[in-house]
Amino acid sequence: MANDNEIIDNIANKEYEFGFVTDIEMDVAPAGLNEDTIRYISEKKREPEWLLEWRLKGLQAFGRQKLPDWQNFELPAIDFQKISYYAAPKSKKKYDSLDQVDPELLATFEKLGIPLSEQKALAGVAVDIVFDSVSVKTTYKEKLKELGIIFCSFGEAVQEHPELVKKYVGSVVPYSDNIFAALNAAAFSDGSFVYIPKGVRCPMELSTYFRINTENTGQFERTLIIADEGSYVSYLEGCTAPMRDENQLHAAVVELIALENAEIKYSTVQNWYPGDKEGKGGIYNFVTKRGICKGANAKISWTQVETGSAITWKYPSVILQGDHSTGEFYSVAVTRNKQIADTGTKMHHIGRNTRSRIISKGISAGQGQNSYRGLVQIGPKADEARNFTQCDSLLIGDRCGAHTFPYIESKNNTATVEHEATTSKIGEDQIFYLNQRGIDSEKAVALIINGYAREVLNQLPMEFAVEAQKLLSITLEGSVG
Amino acid sequence: MLIIKNLHAEVEGKQILKGIDLTVNAGEVHAIMGPNGSGKSSLAAVLAGRENYEVTEGKVIFEGKDLLGMAPEVRAREGVFLAFQYPIEIPGVSNINFLKTALAEIRAYKNLSPLDAKEFLQLSREKQKLVEFDAKLVNRSLNEGFSGGEKKRNEIFQLAMLEPSLAILDETDSGLDIDALRIVSKGVNQLRSEKNAFIIITHYQRLLEYIVPDFVHVLYDGRIVKSGTKELALELEEKGYDWLKEEAREKEVSTT
Repeated sequence: MANDNEIIDNIANKEYEFGFVTDIEMDVAPAGLNEDTIRYISEKKREPEWLLEWRLKGLQAFGRQKLPDWQNFELPAIDFQKISYYAAPKSKKKYDSLDQVDPELLATFEKLGIPLSEQKALAGVAVDIVFDSVSVKTTYKEKLKELGIIFCSFGEAVQEHPELVKKYVGSVVPYSDNIFAALNAAAFSDGSFVYIPKGVRCPMELSTYFRINTENTGQFERTLIIADEGSYVSYLEGCTAPMRDENQLHAAVVELIALENAEIKYSTVQNWYPGDKEGKGGIYNFVTKRGICKGANAKISWTQVETGSAITWKYPSVILQGDHSTGEFYSVAVTRNKQIADTGTKMHHIGRNTRSRIISKGISAGQGQNSYRGLVQIGPKADEARNFTQCDSLLIGDRCGAHTFPYIESKNNTATVEHEATTSKIGEDQIFYLNQRGIDSEKAVALIINGYAREVLNQLPMEFAVEAQKLLSITLEGSVG
Repeated sequence: MLIIKNLHAEVEGKQILKGIDLTVNAGEVHAIMGPNGSGKSSLAAVLAGRENYEVTEGKVIFEGKDLLGMAPEVRAREGVFLAFQYPIEIPGVSNINFLKTALAEIRAYKNLSPLDAKEFLQLSREKQKLVEFDAKLVNRSLNEGFSGGEKKRNEIFQLAMLEPSLAILDETDSGLDIDALRIVSKGVNQLRSEKNAFIIITHYQRLLEYIVPDFVHVLYDGRIVKSGTKELALELEEKGYDWLKEEAREKEVSTT
């Protein structure tokens, strides 16, 4: 097992072999967002003209758009001109040994059971592993290649599969979708690209963990996943280890396209830096995620476990265009200290007999604020469309908040839309009951929380689920007095 | 095993227990009876370590150790088990998983490694049989959607699994029909041994027909006003509590 971890470790830490990173290591663009910056980025990445033009349209859209004002939190002032939109990844490690790393962070690693070498990598300590990972990586790539699966960086896809990128980029989340999507279109750094050919069932979970150095996740990531007719893919984003990042604003875009009879399962575990106890310094995670079931019988399923970031603001959505297509959204969002989450989903039923299922579990502790915001939209042609929404909130302590904003718009009277909602508190009675069976309060809360989130955690791939379960317990440690 | 000396306790400033003395030895079954509000359930809660009860005087020694100084989970690990009058529901946590965690915690406290999956399953099957616990309920969420009787039977199943040295049954018979009562009693009788002890809190003599106690105590107004053998329970059934209340009052008058 140790070997496996070292292998993963080594791959995760290898200098990025493809795209732009290696040759322009020292380049940093001046702060500020304007046409010059965009041209600079595009040129550095040796992008074709059409992509540059698309980026520039994004920039124009960004200039026209206003910051939204409907969210259930106070949007902090963001100076878009102070951000540097292009920086080569740091090649210098921050620390020489683990002794220099924040002990609190190390304690968390310990609890998560992360191997030592991996701990170093995640904390940004220089790692020297004399280990040849090339063969492993090759085996992995070879296997996918044999099946015709493309799994590479967005930048690489632009160079090698421009026809696919051109056809699908912006087709689900247009550059003008919202201000953050426009910003991403203009300045996106890199991201992942996946294409699963017709009739292929991807034999492994695809994870960015294997592809990019975790330290350089990027501020404006762009992910595009295309599942061709009759194919299947499960994609994992993020990891359970705490992620420290210098960039405060993250505005990623994820687009999923499922053609006829195809299925995409997209799982996220987000554990970015939430800021200190006062909420200072945490990440703003403003992401636009949307999928389209383009063909009949297609299925898209989003599962997310959100425990990090100072503000999480996102609504992974599904456009159910194909008849009999299915959209699912399973979410656990935890807020503590002064964290804020305003998250949910949108299900747009366009095709006939389309189905959607929404299971949202909010957990608020400390002074955390948790909002579920969802839209279920049934179009005039969506005969017999069905939706089921269940939206539960759990409160720990008496200074946190849970809010629910469900919107339903139906233009078809054959549709069935169900909405169930509950709000509960972790009771002292529950904790005492578990105490009386020999279980201490920390473990009792962990058990109760995991029980509460069970339905969502069950959707995650096995190993991820186990990690996510641990993560939830650790996140809420010390929340119950 | 358990020595309670001059135990006084209060809730929100109101005195509930006013000097309890009780000694329980291994192998004994003690029944505690008494009218509503006499402090029976409060005694159980104080022994288990419920937070809102404040002990103002007296001490409790359990197997030579100061019980009152221990956190509730430590008392449980030491071997004190409370079968709740109203068992709590915990959605999404499977009964068996919960028991596995509990047993592992108790074993870890005794420096024993957790049972492996196979051993645990075997133990669980054995105990299910012993207390006639429905296998279907084992994998369901802890007490969620259980009927009143099923919840009480689950308490006895947990008791069987965790094998405490002292089990306190807080009105386990309330809300049980005659069949469930018989099954619960049978389970308890199966678990009785020379090594463990039971404190059975009940309103009615009915339960004591099935679980025959060695001693019967009557609690009234926060004190044990009478102790005896199982015949006392029958006497109470016949005469009610009023004569004891009367006696207790007279006693109080004469002492003050």
